[in-house]
Amino acid sequence: MFRILVVDDEVDFLETIINRLKKRKLDATGVTSGEEAVALLKEQLFDVIILDIKMPGGMDGIETLLEIKKIQPLAEVLLLTGHASMETSIEGIKLGAFDYCLKPLKFEELLQKIGAAFEKKSAHDKKIT
Amino acid sequence: MVFYKSKSIYINLQRKIMLIILCVSIIPLVFLGETIYYQFARTYGEKIEDQIKYRARSQSDAVEVFLRERTAILATIVDTHSFDDLKQQENLNRIFKVISRRTDGLIDLGVIDSAGQHLAYAGPYNLKGLNYFQQAWFSEVMSKGKYISDVYMGYRQWPHFVIAVRGYSNGRSWILRATVDSDIFNKLVRTAQTGKSGDAYLINKTGMYQTAPRFSGKILGKSNLDLTLFGQGTTVAEKIKADGKTKHVAGTWLKNNEWLLVITQDVGDEKGGLLTTRNTEIIIIVFGCLVMIMTTFFTMRIIFRHLEEADKGISELNEQLIQSDKIAALGKMATGIAHEINNPLAIIGEKAGWMRDLLDEEEFQESENFKEYEQSVNKIEEYVERARKITHNMLGFARRMEHRLDDVDINHVLNQTLELLQSHTQTNNIEISKDFQSELPIIASDQSQLQQVFLNLINNAIDAVEKDGLIEVKTRKKDSQIVVAIKDNGPGIAKEHLKKVFDPFFTTKETGKGIGLGLSVSYNIIKKLGGTLKVESKISEGAVFSVKLPIKIPGKK
Repeated sequence: MFRILVVDDEVDFLETIINRLKKRKLDATGVTSGEEAVALLKEQLFDVIILDIKMPGGMDGIETLLEIKKIQPLAEVLLLTGHASMETSIEGIKLGAFDYCLKPLKFEELLQKIGAAFEKKSAHDKKIT
Repeated sequence: MVFYKSKSIYINLQRKIMLIILCVSIIPLVFLGETIYYQFARTYGEKIEDQIKYRARSQSDAVEVFLRERTAILATIVDTHSFDDLKQQENLNRIFKVISRRTDGLIDLGVIDSAGQHLAYAGPYNLKGLNYFQQAWFSEVMSKGKYISDVYMGYRQWPHFVIAVRGYSNGRSWILRATVDSDIFNKLVRTAQTGKSGDAYLINKTGMYQTAPRFSGKILGKSNLDLTLFGQGTTVAEKIKADGKTKHVAGTWLKNNEWLLVITQDVGDEKGGLLTTRNTEIIIIVFGCLVMIMTTFFTMRIIFRHLEEADKGISELNEQLIQSDKIAALGKMATGIAHEINNPLAIIGEKAGWMRDLLDEEEFQESENFKEYEQSVNKIEEYVERARKITHNMLGFARRMEHRLDDVDINHVLNQTLELLQSHTQTNNIEISKDFQSELPIIASDQSQLQQVFLNLINNAIDAVEKDGLIEVKTRKKDSQIVVAIKDNGPGIAKEHLKKVFDPFFTTKETGKGIGLGLSVSYNIIKKLGGTLKVESKISEGAVFSVKLPIKIPGKK
């Protein structure tokens, strides 16, 4: 079973995303800050991490991404962004993120990208095993 | 800051500067002219004085020589002939004949004994036998040996003068006397007369004319010349005549200071050249002043016209800057608002999505209002999507304007722009026909600036067609360029406006609808991106704006 971690400081948004993913029988967990995400990643393995780039106060998206890549380099990261921070998303992809989605989300697009990330991850896992 | 104020300021300033320039150029010019003229006049006057002085001196020399020669002839005769020889009438006649042949100026010759008796006489008058003992000159000759008389009437009742030389033989004194031809003598003196007003004559110590003056006065008349003016040598004096004219008078004493040779010359006469010079100078100065006034006037006008235009330009530029500051502030605000709206929008979108997910569950589907719920969720999602596009477009346009290279998909940029204008075109029933070439190459260009250009061009097309129009947007790859053509079926652009459409502040739109910057800005953006923006149009056939962009393949990231 693949595991998804969603990191977003907006609690309402986070809860809804988690509910919708779970409704589709996906194993999704949510945290509301970069720090929490880092702490959790140190204890548990995740396959896909959905990360909001804009999180005021505490660690921002890019910092969290760098930490994630240190702790679990094989986890694929999908960035969530508003239009103005598209440059940051591109930078994020350069730093190893898998892809990005624009907020407000088109949910089908998000599912597609999660699927693609899973595929990439599993292809990678097979190589290792 | 407003540079351009009002026309009167420029006119006033222009007048002041012109006045200053003219003052500092014309005053020195006139002053210089005056100085040169007076300097020249002084030198000229000195030269004329020198000239008249020289003439007086040389003429007096000539007269002296004339008198000395005649005296010498008489002295030679006295020294080489005896009194007895000469008193013979035939001998005297022969000698007089020889003298008359060899020299001119003597009209007779006579021998007078010590008692004053005229013993022999050769000449035209019958003077033989007259006695001169009582005459003044007789005693003068007897005492001095040589004597030249003043002019007098004598026995002949005709003005003349005599030259007499005393001889001495056999213990007795006698006199040889000759009369000078006054015509020849007068002519000799008059050779010094020049011009229309020049005069030359002789006067004696008492002021009596010895030769006839040219104008007023006659021989032996009294001259009104003040003799005390004339000292030793040659003296030049100025004299005011009765009619107000001045004249130069030069005088030289001769014949042992008994006669004064006088040469006169009217000032006006001799200064004729000077007057011409003065007139020429005045004409040159007046002409120079005119040229200066004209040149100053015209250059000032040109300079001030340029200045006025430049100030107007600066003022416009300032207004433009203020405008772009406002736009920038507006852009910042738009960004802020878009951001703030974006997050709630995301939550609304997700909540609606969650509702849809839940509606899929069986118990909801049986609900009596299921259709209503489903429709409402659909509508919420639809409007979230619309709001999403608006905020994204707002963010896209508010991005910084500096030139930077993105990976640009032209079709995508055009689609985005058209979406932004969709509601407007729909309400006005404007049909947009898209003819995009699929798989256009992605080029390295500035996406937000291109978006601005397309927005300007399509907006212009919308303004041109007004209601129920047709706008065609076409993209093509041609050689190494991407061509975007935006065509409208509006009224078209008049030929005389075609050249000006890309000029800043040129607009045919109603006041308040546009400031005439859109096309100018677009033109400059496309130029900066290495492309071209052209327009083709004919009245009532619509207009086509074509953007050509070079295909630059983006570098690897």
